[in-house]
Amino acid sequence: MIRIDTHIIACIVFAAAATAAGILIDNAYYLQVMIFIGINTLLALSLNMLMGYAGQISLGHAAFYGIGAYATAILSTTYNLSPWIALPVAIFAAVVIAYIVGIPTLRLTGYYLGMGTLGFGMIVSIIFREWYSVTGGASGFVGIPPLSIGNFVFDTDRSYFFLVWGVVLFFFIMCRRIIDSRVGRALRAIHDGEHAAAAVGVNTAKMKLSIFVLSAAMASLAGFLYAHQVYFISPGSFSFLASIRIVTMVVIGGMASIWGSLLGASLLTLLPEWLHTFADYEMMVYGLVLMLVMIFLPRGLTRGILDIYENSRKKDDR
Amino acid sequence: MTGNSTLLTIDSLFKAFGGVRAIEDVSFSLMPRSITGLIGPNGAGKTTLFNLITGIFPPDSGKITFKGKSISGKAVHDLVNMGIARTFQNVELFSSMSVLENILVGMHTRTTCGLLGSVLKTPRIMTEERRARQKAHELLEFVGLADYADRKSSDLPFGWQRLLELARALASEPGLLLLDEPAAGLNMNETDTLGELIENIRKQGITVLLVEHDMALTMKVCDQIIVLDQGKKIAEGPPREVQSDEAVMAAYLGKPK
Amino acid sequence: MQEFLQYFFSGITNGAIYAVIAIGFSMLYRSTDLINFAHGEFVMIGALTMVTLTMTLHVPVVPAFLITVFGVAILGLVFERLAIRTVSRPEPIVLIIITVGASIFLRGLAMLIWGKDSHTMPPFTAHQPLDIAGARLLTQSIWIVLIAIMVAACLHFFYKRTLTGKAMHACAINKQAAWLVGIPSKLMTLLAFGLSTGMGAVAGIIIAPITMPAYDMGSMLGLKGFCAAMLGGLGSLWGSVLGGFLLGILEALGVGFVSSGLKDATAFLLLLLVLYFRPGGIISAVKVKRF
Repeated sequence: MIRIDTHIIACIVFAAAATAAGILIDNAYYLQVMIFIGINTLLALSLNMLMGYAGQISLGHAAFYGIGAYATAILSTTYNLSPWIALPVAIFAAVVIAYIVGIPTLRLTGYYLGMGTLGFGMIVSIIFREWYSVTGGASGFVGIPPLSIGNFVFDTDRSYFFLVWGVVLFFFIMCRRIIDSRVGRALRAIHDGEHAAAAVGVNTAKMKLSIFVLSAAMASLAGFLYAHQVYFISPGSFSFLASIRIVTMVVIGGMASIWGSLLGASLLTLLPEWLHTFADYEMMVYGLVLMLVMIFLPRGLTRGILDIYENSRKKDDR
Repeated sequence: MTGNSTLLTIDSLFKAFGGVRAIEDVSFSLMPRSITGLIGPNGAGKTTLFNLITGIFPPDSGKITFKGKSISGKAVHDLVNMGIARTFQNVELFSSMSVLENILVGMHTRTTCGLLGSVLKTPRIMTEERRARQKAHELLEFVGLADYADRKSSDLPFGWQRLLELARALASEPGLLLLDEPAAGLNMNETDTLGELIENIRKQGITVLLVEHDMALTMKVCDQIIVLDQGKKIAEGPPREVQSDEAVMAAYLGKPK
Repeated sequence: MQEFLQYFFSGITNGAIYAVIAIGFSMLYRSTDLINFAHGEFVMIGALTMVTLTMTLHVPVVPAFLITVFGVAILGLVFERLAIRTVSRPEPIVLIIITVGASIFLRGLAMLIWGKDSHTMPPFTAHQPLDIAGARLLTQSIWIVLIAIMVAACLHFFYKRTLTGKAMHACAINKQAAWLVGIPSKLMTLLAFGLSTGMGAVAGIIIAPITMPAYDMGSMLGLKGFCAAMLGGLGSLWGSVLGGFLLGILEALGVGFVSSGLKDATAFLLLLLVLYFRPGGIISAVKVKRF
């Protein structure tokens, strides 16, 4: 019960901080970076539900991100439909594809699950690249319109900032509720021991599939938000490396931690921005950070720092 | 004894792994509210039999009937829903979750909240959750762990982990409870408590099938004992009869300790 | 027929390279239960080192070949020692991310050393391409296939006939038991890394003259090599060889008779099919956990 209360406080503090940031920050560059942090947080959260809580790795999550982005790009630009019609279609497409792919793939475990999701992700990104007539191919898709409600157009960074972070806050609350419910407990049970979870009556196949589908839908929504922020998308944003970036956000921030997703997404969005100064060293530093965090804090930064704190406290007690 | 009144009937069950016959022509039945001990030397096929009854893998041939329905080929979680619960030889708790949450997972088949329900938190779902938590506390009370509800399950001492696993199995409101060596790793006191618990579980109307190496406990709590050796049933009957059975002596009890 | 033969030649050439990369994955997996996502980068480093040695330093092909293989193998040993053995929680997710991190690191390093441009190097021997029924067969292709088969045969001999090879095999079957009979399993893991990355270097070297090696060539080659290993049977030597050739040929035929856009998708479609229907691969060497 205490945990739920602290979560409500954390959400209020978070909402207040986001609102303050949205009002006070005037620099367009900072606002844009924060919008990307928001979109990445949603992505990381979607994968964290699947990987952190239910223990099912996905190395192809960028596929669903891309499906959301391309679905809205094609519908709202090529077919001139309202993005608000494109949104449910984009999410529905991700849900259907996740459902069909999930049934055979989620039977796999460990490395094999990693490879299965990787294969799926590669195929989707190859389709984005090769289906030139529909997706614009390797050179990308141009001219995606901004979102609007009635006469209000989300064409400023500030308005989009509030839209994105509003969505993120909504999903923070939603995911917290799922995790603390019967469904969330079943998912965490699968993470701790799939056999034992089945033995207490959890339909593990069905549970894994439903969280996979939910996770895909969230990633697709993130893709939708991304497409209407940058107005231009290309296959590179949804490639294998993009999938790895999402996994990295989750792992570095902290698996099975909602706030860890925020931390991981922030770091991975900011790191390349900071590293621009060392342009040529960017990749090396990025790889090195990944390796070092995993070697020394395999439970991620949030958990890792908590562990260090608890250990030092235990030592003090002695 | 008519066939209809039995809770579980096993009829000429066979199971082989590769060339090894793990279970060979085993038949027996369990009466409601009985406590039955399943004993036999290591490798006799006791755990295999458990895995067959709980649907982990299907038998090669033979029939298992529970509450008058054939359960061959049913999925593990469906069997829990029908009322078959179990514990494991090497305690398998959900280690990252609290003691209370472990019990709540045990109630999975008796609660209904889905993804949508968990997000909307409708009054019905809230009531269900409250009731589940209350019942979970009662179960913890029953096994004597009420004070540790918020501890992480992996932080409990081993003996308590066994009790927690037992409570988790009871949370699914089973008609039949399978216990795989529940006394292994427990000290004398804990084993005595366990014996009382098993008696109390029966009083709630639950049938118990128990694999156990602790003979004192088995002889004390069981009404009926089934002896397996090399996959075959070699004896069946009340504890005293089985104890004096020559085949059993040879296969099992006669072995010097 | 001529067209078919041409695609077939290109198929077996690529296939041989996939086979050598697949062997690297398999050997490592067999001894350590680990999949090295940075394997493709070792292929890339092998190719670029070979280019530097032969083109810039004018080392003859044979010594350059040996120096490169040993150099990359030592790099593999260092990698194991620094980044794999130090891991406190060796779970698949953690190891996947560490090796992915390593792959990005190595790619960044290669970009610093060799720059972003592609490099070129001539074939091992300067003969005219052979003309077989109207189809052109490059001599480098012959070298590639020959070397691939030789490497596989040597490894076969190593595992079957030498004490070290047998010890590695024993470790793969049961680490604990191997340790009990006195096999130093840590050393075997180290050795497996050296062998595997050395294999990667071989693949990089033989492919160098027919592609234009660049710092970013590794990841796709690595992933396809992995698909080949899965196809044939991860952990099996001849399975990996079979998988490599099969993938190469199917890919080439796919390009020739369906569409060139399909080329890269072929490997991953095959990967999914294998995972769904026969996760042990064509030659099953490992039991797959599929609860």
